[in-house]
Amino acid sequence: MPSLKDLRNRIASVKATQKITKAMQMVAAAKLRRAQTAAEAARPYAERMSAVLGNLASGITVGPETPRLLAGTGSDRVHLLIVCTAERGLCGAFNSSIARLARDHANRLMADGKTVKIICVGKKGYDILRRQFAEQIIELIDLRSVRQLGFEQGDMIAQKVLARFEAGEFDVATLFYSRFRSVIAQIPTAQQIIPAQIEASTGSSDAVYDYEPEEGEILTTLLPRNLTVQIFRALLENAASEQGARMSAMDNATRNAGEMIKKQTMTYNRSRQAMITKELIEIISGAEAL
Amino acid sequence: MATFNFELVSPERVLFSGDVDAVVLPATEGDMTVLAGHSPVMTALKTGFLVITSTPGNGRRVLVRGGFADVNQNGLTVLAERALPAEELTQEILDHEILQAEMAYDASNDPATKHAAESAVAQLREAKAALNF
Repeated sequence: MPSLKDLRNRIASVKATQKITKAMQMVAAAKLRRAQTAAEAARPYAERMSAVLGNLASGITVGPETPRLLAGTGSDRVHLLIVCTAERGLCGAFNSSIARLARDHANRLMADGKTVKIICVGKKGYDILRRQFAEQIIELIDLRSVRQLGFEQGDMIAQKVLARFEAGEFDVATLFYSRFRSVIAQIPTAQQIIPAQIEASTGSSDAVYDYEPEEGEILTTLLPRNLTVQIFRALLENAASEQGARMSAMDNATRNAGEMIKKQTMTYNRSRQAMITKELIEIISGAEAL
Repeated sequence: MATFNFELVSPERVLFSGDVDAVVLPATEGDMTVLAGHSPVMTALKTGFLVITSTPGNGRRVLVRGGFADVNQNGLTVLAERALPAEELTQEILDHEILQAEMAYDASNDPATKHAAESAVAQLREAKAALNF
């Protein structure tokens, strides 16, 4: 049976923890709103981009002239996994579910005898994947110093990926991130970005287009840009998901702490009562003995 | 005057969406004006001012840095890599942009990108002069 003082300390410490989780929840809620607006504002650009690209790609036939970003290298021996996670923990299963998706994917590829290379964006994914794939991880991109995610970060990652692709280091690239559906639902997603997957255009391709400069030239500049846009979008979705996951995780933690405080207070009050009763009995029985 | 639908989108946000009379685009092969009923065309953009005219004799200028314009029967869509409305431009922003373009020039060895960066610097300088900074 813990003493009264122990109980009091325990309650105080749970209360302190609850204050922290509550504060974190509120901070996450504020950040979530910002991240969500950013993710939503970026959507039109990405959609138009894929519409334009679809328009363009439906007009050409795949041949030896086609840029490799669209047609692929012709083999699928080496796979690159770009795993985007958060820089911080305490956000529920957010990081581990992305890492798990990437790990399953990597295991499947390796069982098929393919070579796997991994680029980690964000420290937490690196920490999880490092245990099993220490040799496969070729780069860790740290975005911790970045306050506000901008197009530059997406561009920076895309340039690194492109440089490796140009150097022939891999054939297929897949992007892992968490799609933001709502505050309570974040869906870990794998998206193939190289070779580019393009949805067929809807309808408007019957018009005769003029291209300035030529079609092929536009395509070669558009494809790397599309890569940047996809990565940028993944980063934004991820940022919103992270805050959403943290918010619900901290909400849970706050509620649990509340329950714990309630229970502990009950025990504390009971043992206090028992103590008082015991003292009274001692006094009364002492007086009766006289 | 006939109007058409115009959208200016940058990665961070939608800057303009609505009906306009004419838009002047800084296309890579020379400036071009898009009016209603323009034939479908797709063109790359260089650094320069895009002028939106929604009422005659009244233009809004937006500085764009690279991107694409797509004209089809639904109207004109511009995907700008960076877009800065002229009224939001300040000397610091322009200086920063010039610095970045100069750094891009120094960083590359490929003649085509070097040339693009060089003309971007020139365009930005011109923009700076036009805005009286």
